[in-house]
Amino acid sequence: MTKKAISLTVNGRQREAFVPPRMLLSDFIRNELEMPGTHVGCEHGVCGSCNVLVDGQAVRSCLMFAVQVDGTQITTVEGYSTEGALHPIQQAFWEEHGLQCGFCTPGMLAAARELLDANPDPTDEEIREAISGNLCRCTGYEFIINAIRSAAQALRDQEIENTLQPV
Amino acid sequence: MKPAAFDYECPTDLDAALAMLAEDGDTRILAGGQSLVPMMNYRLATPDRLIDINRLPGLDYIRKEGDEIAIGALARHGQVKASKLIASHFPMIPEAYEWVAHAAVRNRGTLCGNLCHADPASEMPVLMQALEASMVLTNASGSRTVSAQDFFLGTYDTVVAPDEMLTELRIPLLATGSGWGFEEVAMRKGDYAWCTVVTILKLKAGRIAEPRIAVAGLADHACRLGTQEAALDGMAPDDALFAEIADAAAEAAAPPDSEQISADYRRDLLRALLPRVLRHAVDRAQA
Repeated sequence: MTKKAISLTVNGRQREAFVPPRMLLSDFIRNELEMPGTHVGCEHGVCGSCNVLVDGQAVRSCLMFAVQVDGTQITTVEGYSTEGALHPIQQAFWEEHGLQCGFCTPGMLAAARELLDANPDPTDEEIREAISGNLCRCTGYEFIINAIRSAAQALRDQEIENTLQPV
Repeated sequence: MKPAAFDYECPTDLDAALAMLAEDGDTRILAGGQSLVPMMNYRLATPDRLIDINRLPGLDYIRKEGDEIAIGALARHGQVKASKLIASHFPMIPEAYEWVAHAAVRNRGTLCGNLCHADPASEMPVLMQALEASMVLTNASGSRTVSAQDFFLGTYDTVVAPDEMLTELRIPLLATGSGWGFEEVAMRKGDYAWCTVVTILKLKAGRIAEPRIAVAGLADHACRLGTQEAALDGMAPDDALFAEIADAAAEAAAPPDSEQISADYRRDLLRALLPRVLRHAVDRAQA
């Protein structure tokens, strides 16, 4: 029950903290780091709202303890945009109406990001599979699937543009 | 929905972890945490101490050793699901993994941890029974090996003693030409199984040889259907026979009865799924 020292990188910024072992990663992010973008829905690993990226992998932050992420790199939804510009996946969610109330969105973005990192041109079936662990009560999912498909296209276009640019 | 307080240890070698496990007190091993942490959040589990094994080196292997595949305690579901070695020897494992949880859970959860959790509705325990896998249980003074058939005792209950850790899973390679079938019915993929049926068999001169049938969803833990296996052994594959055997298995079963899903419905699922997996296995087997 002794507090433990942890040191990690969150959205590119070095963070140090003393945490009690029982503190969930989700609570650490929201309450200690004061980043409320990570949403807590069910707190038992079912809804996917609290998904964050730990060393590039989507994980349920309600099913990890903060002590466990010592030495890792974490990306939360607050770390997606650069210089005020939305990440292409966020932009696609905006354009395709991939959200209504927005509660599930940070978790959906993490699932989408993990999928598109590994598979830049997923089929709709693969998109459905990738977000199957994330519950959305508003959209009926169709607009989220459209958003991820559109984000994949945008990221591929960006990739082509980058390779064509003179060095 | 917050876990009760506990002491936390994060050893970096196995001997240290096993020495901690040998000490008195309500100690639990934390591997992927995808079943233990929800139970702690609900306070269904309130261990005094957690031993986090995630930083133990060299336990995430999946490798061929002689005529077995060995899987270390820290091999994650996602890793096993994507393993080419696993897919080439046991194609039923990636097939079954389509039904196991979701990507974010499979990123963390371990196969060995899943087996120790012993959820009666889980896919891997039933698969390991059909594959005749064995579990290496290690404590501070040594190791013992237990067959999958003897490993599971009941809901969330296994033969693992408080001072032991499941350090390795060993799956014997299948005989060439073995056929297999896997079928499951659940509310949706990733959810708890209502009924899972796995079969592995061979064909010798057109007749079924050494059939294995394992089921989950019919009792408090996955089990083999020995009577039905014996009834199939040496018989020519025949859909009428499969239906008869499934009927007998359903009559003999005493599945759990709940408001959402009745015992009769589970029996019906067995009647439907068992002939289907037997047919798939026969079609896949090469005489």
